[in-house]
Formats: sequence, structure tokens, C-alpha cells
Amino acid sequence: MTNTTTDTTGATAASPVADFAALPRLMSLMTGDEKHGPAATSTLDALWVLYDRVLRVSPATAEDPERDRFLLSKGHGPMAYYAVLAAKGFFPTDWLPGFGSYDSPLGHHPDRLLVPGAEIGSGSLGHGLPLAVGTALGLAAQGRTGPAVWVLIGDAELDEGSNHEAIAYAGAAGLSRLHTLVIDNSSATHGWRGGIASRFEAAGWSVTTVDGRDHEALYTAFTQPHPDRPHAVVARVEAKEYAGEPKPKAAPEPEPGAAAA
Amino acid sequence: MDTMRERFASVTTQLLDEDPRLAVVLADIGVDGFRTAAERHPRRVVNVGIREQLLIGVGGGLALAGMRPVVHTFASFLVERPFEQVKLDFGHQGVGGVLVSAAGSYDWPAGGFTHMAPGDIALLDSLDGWTVHVPGHPDEAETLLRHAAAAGDDKVYVRLSVQSNEAARPVDGARFLPVREGRDGVVLAVGPMLDNVLAATEGLDVTVLYASTVRPFDDAALRTAVAGATAADMVLVEPYHEGTSTRHANDALAHVPHRVLGLGVGRPELRRYGQIDEHLAGQGLDARSLRERITGFLGR
Repeated sequence: MTNTTTDTTGATAASPVADFAALPRLMSLMTGDEKHGPAATSTLDALWVLYDRVLRVSPATAEDPERDRFLLSKGHGPMAYYAVLAAKGFFPTDWLPGFGSYDSPLGHHPDRLLVPGAEIGSGSLGHGLPLAVGTALGLAAQGRTGPAVWVLIGDAELDEGSNHEAIAYAGAAGLSRLHTLVIDNSSATHGWRGGIASRFEAAGWSVTTVDGRDHEALYTAFTQPHPDRPHAVVARVEAKEYAGEPKPKAAPEPEPGAAAA
Repeated sequence: MDTMRERFASVTTQLLDEDPRLAVVLADIGVDGFRTAAERHPRRVVNVGIREQLLIGVGGGLALAGMRPVVHTFASFLVERPFEQVKLDFGHQGVGGVLVSAAGSYDWPAGGFTHMAPGDIALLDSLDGWTVHVPGHPDEAETLLRHAAAAGDDKVYVRLSVQSNEAARPVDGARFLPVREGRDGVVLAVGPMLDNVLAATEGLDVTVLYASTVRPFDDAALRTAVAGATAADMVLVEPYHEGTSTRHANDALAHVPHRVLGLGVGRPELRRYGQIDEHLAGQGLDARSLRERITGFLGR
């Protein structure tokens, strides 16, 4: 594990305040115990590897136009995201216990105007990938070829048609600085016959499917060269029903209006 | 005279040359007008194909990257179809952009209701912070588009139409203009409704105000006009859903006993094709119908 990251302008970021081993404790500050819902932990390893080893962004460069962008589209169960941002020093760890309270900047869905380091506010599914496409186009239009744009979606979020508009266009346009991380915990109601990767492949993307708990495999997939085409990493984790606490089949999500991710 | 849409393409092409922050996003509609611009600025003229959710999402993403997006298609597909994207990808993200619509309420009557959006501004009214321009002439469209492009990171909606008044007015992107003064009441005409309102009120002793920018609503101009009338009676004539601005007029006149009549496009589908003038008559927005409804309300 590295204690420092180097951003594109050559500055050395502040040392993170915690490492991967500390994340369960940070998450427990939000959940109140050591067990975490599958929606919260499904993203944990992939997020950590991204922030620890791949993304060129730190609290010191969070406003730098040349920073890499990470857009959390799957805004449900953001505890792992908050834990990683806190571990990397984007905001104090003592914000975590207030999770979801009136005075806390940390909601059950993240708000970019409240959370330092959050590139987008999310929660309603299917917005992150189109926003990421626009961000990649905007950076290219300004001649910023350095920054990478990453967006994290869930396999059930892939049900949203807006994502398919974005996947088709990004492939056709060859947006090589765009990266999609799909966390696959088999939560899509009807599944994806032929596999999730086939959707991206058909649209002209570079795709790799990996074990979403294997840090080395994730790192290799994240850093795979993909000239002239966008890149997707499908990170498989244990199915939602069997991970952590069992989820009652008919239990509605506490938040109204959006499908479970 | 060119149409507002043609002016939009020529003015925006020029603005793209002048302002490196500007980018145009299209969804297969209006592409021909931007061919030259696309050749000159291939990275700043983006056509995403027939994908309206992506159209708005890309606009929001461009803004997040520091650009000023100008996003264009028919009003039905720009505001109504991807409404949640308008709400979240601009408003909730805290970024701005310029949405430019065409076709309005019934610019292509033979196309039917699928291509009509008389409810677009009422929908936008449920969101915070959108400036809304409704030009009544291509020259006004040019002025208001230039205002919109230069409006920092504001959220601006520009509603273009083939309906047009004969003459352009000196619009400034903010205030209502007094066009005629009288004492028996105030009639506010929005955008392309002005000529019909002037014809309808010919010989009446009423004040006519002209609005080409309806949000923010110019409360002060309305209060001043009403203060000069014998009774606080006003009629709103809008080229989209009737009553869309009634709440704003009521708020502006909250300090005084008043009456407001909102005229515009009705909620029921006419299920008629034909021509624009036939729809204006069908909605009671031709000069003869307007005169009956205005004089009936004012009781004079």
C-alpha cells in the first residue's frame, strides 16, 4: 500500500489518514456495527484500489482541472465511498458518525455540493454514465488529455436506458479517457443474458471482467491499456442475497422512488 | 427574414468562434445548421444521435468539466422527455447551461401532439433558478441567445418558435417593456403573442406590457403598470399553457386586491392537425377571441 500519491502537476498529496484495514471500523461509524449491508460493501475493494493506486486525485488536487474524475453513479449505500474518502483525507473521519442526520453533509445518497471530493450528486440511477460522457467530452474539448474519467455503476443500474444511450455513444465516439466500473452483485431483476461485458463489447468498448475482491486483479484491469476506445471493468462480487445480512425478498428500499442497486 | 432557429444556428456558430468555453450538444435535430461549426470546432459541436437523456446528461457533464453547454432539440424532447435529467444533471449538480428549444406549442401542427410541448415552461417552473426567455422575433432571439451564452454559469432556457411578431422590440434579457399605456387594466403579452394582443386591444384604454423574458418575473414592471390603472385587473397572454405565470403575477400583486386572468394553450389535446393560425383560433388566442375574452374579463 502506498502512503502518498502523486498528482499530474507533480505535487505530493497528503498522507492518507487510514489504510484498507481501517475501513471496516470507519464504516461501522456509519452503520453502528461491524456488519454491513451488501450494497455498502460491494464497492469497497474496487473503490479502495482505485483511490489508493489508480486515480490521480487527492484532497490537495480536488479542484485541479487536471485531476482524474471519479463519478459515483450508484449512489445507494455510499458508506464504502465515504469511508474511502475519509481514509484518504477528503474530509474528517469524525463526520462519519453523523451519517444521514440533519446536520451531516453525508446523506444516504451523496451530494457533490456537500461532500468534498464527490464529483457528482447521485442516488437516482442512470445519471452518472451520461454525465461522465459529457465530462470526458468537455475535458477533451479543452485539450486536457491527461485526466481519466471513471464512473461506477451497479449491475442493476445497468437496467436504466440512459446508460445504454451512453454506452452506445461512447463506444462509437471512441472516448478513450472514459472508464466504467460495473459492480456486479447479481442484483438486476432479470439479469443480463450473455453477461454484462457483452453489452460493452458490442458497443466497441474494451472490457475486462474480474473478481471484485481481488485487489491485484482489479488493479491490472483498471490499468489495462485501451487505445482509442473506452474501457469497462466488470467487478464481480458475491450475490446480494447471500452477502452479509440476508435481505428479505420483499423488503422495499427505505428511500422512495429509486430501484435497488 | 430568417427563422429563430436559423438565427440560433448562425449566432451560435459565431459565438463558438469567439468563446472557447461554449459547446453545442445536439440529438440529430438541428444538425444541418451546425455543419460549418462542426467542421471548425469538431470537439465543441457534439451530436449524440437520437438520445435525449444522454443529450442532457452530456450537457451537465460538459458543465462539470468547466464548459458552457448549449443544448438543443424540440421542446418535447428537450424538457419533457428527459425532465429528470434537467432537474438533476443541471440543478442538483449545481451547474448551468443553455437549453434552446424549437417547435414550441404547435409550430408543426400537422405533426400532431407528439411534437407539441405547451407545458414546457410550467414544468421548468417546478425547478429553481432557471431564467426563461421567450423571444417574439428572430432579432430578439439573437439578443437573448447572446445574453444566455454570456450568463456565466446560469441555467437558461430559450424557447424558439416559428411564431413571430412583425417587428422586434428592444429587449434586454430581463425587463418587461411597456408598449401601450391605459387606465382600464393591464395586459401582459409574452413573446409571439404581442401582435395579436395589440390587435385585440386596439382602441381599448389598457396598458400592454411585453415580456420576452418571463423568469425571473419582472414584478416591479407589473406593479408599476397596475399602479397606473383604475383597478388592479390584469390579463396574461402566454403562448404555452394558460395560467403558467399566474402564480408569479399573484405574488407580484399580493399587496393589493387584484384579479388575474391567465390565457394561453389549454390542457386538453385538440387532436387537430392543420396550420398554426387554426390552432391559435382553436385555443382562443387569435385577435378576435382575445378581444372578447379580455373585454369580458375587464367588464368594459
